Amino acid sequence: MNNVGDMMNDAMDTHAEPIADAPLVAPDTLKMTARNVDVYYGAKQAIDNVSIDIGMENVTAFIGPSGCGKSTFLRCLNRMNDTIPIARVTGQIELDENDIYDPSMDVVQLRARVGMVFQKPNPFPKSIFENVAYGPRIHGLATSKSELDQIVEKSLIRAGLFEEVKDRLNDSGTALSGGQQQRLCIARAIAVDPEVILMDEPCSALDPIATAKIEELINDLRGKYAIVIVTHNMQQAARVSQRTAFFHLGTLVEYGETSDLFTNPSKDRTKDYITGRYG
Amino acid sequence: MNTAIASSTARQPTDWNAGPMQRRIRARYRAEKRFRFYGLFAVLLSAGFLAFLLVTMVSSGARGFTQTQIALPVNFAGSDIFLEPSQLEGEDRDQLLAQADFQGLAQQSAIAAYGEEGLDLLSNGAWVLLRDAISADPTLLTRNETLWVPASTEVDFAARGDSGAGQSEERDAMIVRYAELDAADQVRRTLSWNFLTLADSSDPTLVGIWGALKGSLLTMTITLLLAFPIGVLTAVYLEEYAPENRWTDIIEVSINNLAAVPSIIFGLLGLAVFINVFYLPRSAAIVGGLTLALMTMPVIVIAGRNAIKSVPPSIRDAALGIGASPVQVLTHHVLPLSLPGILTGTIIGMSRALGETAPLLLIGMRAFVATPPSGFTDPATVLPVQIFLWSDELDPGFVEKTSAAIIVLLLFLLAMNGIAIWLRNKYEQRW
Repeated sequence: MNNVGDMMNDAMDTHAEPIADAPLVAPDTLKMTARNVDVYYGAKQAIDNVSIDIGMENVTAFIGPSGCGKSTFLRCLNRMNDTIPIARVTGQIELDENDIYDPSMDVVQLRARVGMVFQKPNPFPKSIFENVAYGPRIHGLATSKSELDQIVEKSLIRAGLFEEVKDRLNDSGTALSGGQQQRLCIARAIAVDPEVILMDEPCSALDPIATAKIEELINDLRGKYAIVIVTHNMQQAARVSQRTAFFHLGTLVEYGETSDLFTNPSKDRTKDYITGRYG
Repeated sequence: MNTAIASSTARQPTDWNAGPMQRRIRARYRAEKRFRFYGLFAVLLSAGFLAFLLVTMVSSGARGFTQTQIALPVNFAGSDIFLEPSQLEGEDRDQLLAQADFQGLAQQSAIAAYGEEGLDLLSNGAWVLLRDAISADPTLLTRNETLWVPASTEVDFAARGDSGAGQSEERDAMIVRYAELDAADQVRRTLSWNFLTLADSSDPTLVGIWGALKGSLLTMTITLLLAFPIGVLTAVYLEEYAPENRWTDIIEVSINNLAAVPSIIFGLLGLAVFINVFYLPRSAAIVGGLTLALMTMPVIVIAGRNAIKSVPPSIRDAALGIGASPVQVLTHHVLPLSLPGILTGTIIGMSRALGETAPLLLIGMRAFVATPPSGFTDPATVLPVQIFLWSDELDPGFVEKTSAAIIVLLLFLLAMNGIAIWLRNKYEQRW
C-alpha cells in the first residue's frame, strides 16, 4: 500500500515538471507530433499532458507498467478512442503537420494512413486472401483482380508469411497458428500502404519463437513505415526499438534513445522500472 | 501470516487411500452417474412424448389424405342436361355450366345405379366432380361414362371395417353394404390430391387444406417481409448507434415487454388499428401478416441485439483499424457474423407466428373461406385457425381431416425451419 502511495505522490510531484524537449527527432523525419494531450474516460484522467515526437525512420517503443496509459495514448494516434463513447481527447496530435482531431480530418482515411496491429491476433473469419485484400478493396487501391493479387502477395511477402501460406490462400485465416495470425494481421495493415503502423503489444499472446519472428519482421519493416510499438517487455523494447518512451500513471516520464534510456535513465522512476523495482 | 503457518504443527500427509476418502470418491462417481441418468431420462421422456404425438397424428391423419370413392355410371347423353359439346366452346361456358342441373344428374345416376339408398352413398358435393369432368372434356356429354366420385362420410366410415362396428345399427348395415360394394368393385380407397388442392367446405369428403395453406403462406410472407428488416434494423440501431439515455432505456424495456405480451392482445391491436383506422379488408392475409409482424418483431430485435453484442470487439477493432467506415464494419463484418443468431431468433418468432390462432380470430380470419385466396387482400384463413375450425365440427368425417391438417402444419413448420437452419449453417463462421 505504501509503495503505491509513494508512486501517487511521485506522480503529483512531476505533474508540473516540464518535459525534456530536446529535439530528439530531426525535423525532416518527423511523422507525428503530440502536444499536451490529455485523455479522459468519463471523469477519470487516463493521460496527463503528454507531448511526444514520432520519427519516420525509427521504431518507437512505449513502455511502462500495466494501466500506465501507453495503449490509450497509442489509440489516440489513429483515433481508435473515438469508438469509446466516454473517452475525451484534448490537446493536439498532428500527422504530417495536419491536426488529426480537426473536424476536416476524415477518420477513415486517417486509419488507412495510420494502421494498427492489436494485442490479440484478430484476423477476420475469412480466407487468408480475403483478410489481406479487405483493406485495399474498401479503399479502392486496386483497379483489377491481378493488381489486388499483387498487393496481397506483396503484403504477405513483407509480413514474412507468404512462403508459409502461398498454397492455401483460400483457407480460413483463423486456422493459422497464433504467430502466423499476427503476421497475417500485420500483412493486412501493410496492404493499405500506411505511413505509420501502431502495434499494441503485438507479441503478448505469442510464444517466444513466434515473438522472435515478429520482432525480426519489425526490424525488416523499419524505415519503410514509422512504427510505434507498445510493450511491457523491456527486453523487447531494447531489441526492436531505437527510441523508447516510458509512461507511468498516465504521464510520459522519459523519452529518449533506447540505448540511453536503458543504460542511463535520467529519471528515478525510469530507473526503478527498468531495474525491476516495480511494474 | 507466514509465521502463523510455520509455527503450526507439522503437516500430516493426506492419506488418499483411507476409507472415508475412498467412500467419498465412490459417492462422487455415483452422483455423476445419477446426474447423467437424469439427463438421459429427460431426453428420453421428451423424445417419447414427441414420438407419441407424431405417431398419433400420422396414424389418424394419414387417412385424411385418402378418399373413399364410389363408381357412378352417368348417362350424360340421356340426361336432363341439354348441352352440346360445341356450346361449351363459347365464352358463356361458365354460365351454361352453372345453370345446368348437375346435382340432379348426380342424384338420378345414383338412384339408377344403387337404388333409393344410392343418395346416401354419394357425397353431397359429388356433382361438382361431374361438372368439372364436363368442363375438362365436353365430349363426355355424348357418352355414357362411369366416374369415380367421393363417397359419403357414412361409406367412408364403413370403409374402416370392423373398427367402426357395433356403434349403431345403421353403421353396421353400412359395413355390410360396403363389403358388397367392395366385392363388386364399386368402391375404392385411393390416395387423393383433393385434400391438398381444395379449400374449406362443409362436407368433410370435399374439404382441402390448400386454402388455409395458401393463406398461411401469404400471411407468413407479409410477416417475414416486415418483421425481419424492421427487427434487424432496430437491433442494429439500438446496439450500434443509439446513445445511452433514458429514451433508449424506455425503448429497450418496451421491446422486451412487447415480446412477452399475450398474442390475443396483438389481435385486438390489429383489429383496432389496421381494420378500424386504416380500413384494411377484414379477414385478409395482409392484416394477419401485419398483426403477426408486430408480434414477431420484438423477438427478432432481442435475438438480433444479442447476436450483434456477441460479435467479438476484436473484429470491429480490426476492421476499424484498417480504415473501414462504421457502416462497412457493420455490413461486412458484424451483420454476417451475427446472422446465425439473428436467424435463430427469426425461426423462433416465425414458428410462433405460424402456429398463432388467437390474434387471427379477432381480425376475422376464422371466416369460412371456400376459395383459396388469390392475393394478400382476399379473405383467407390460416392453418392453425383451419385446424381449430375443423376440430369444432360435428361431422365425424372432420376428425381425420383435422389430423391431416395438423400434419400439413407440422410439415410447413419443418420446411420453414429447415430453410432457416440451412441458411444459418451456410453463414455460420468460426473464429
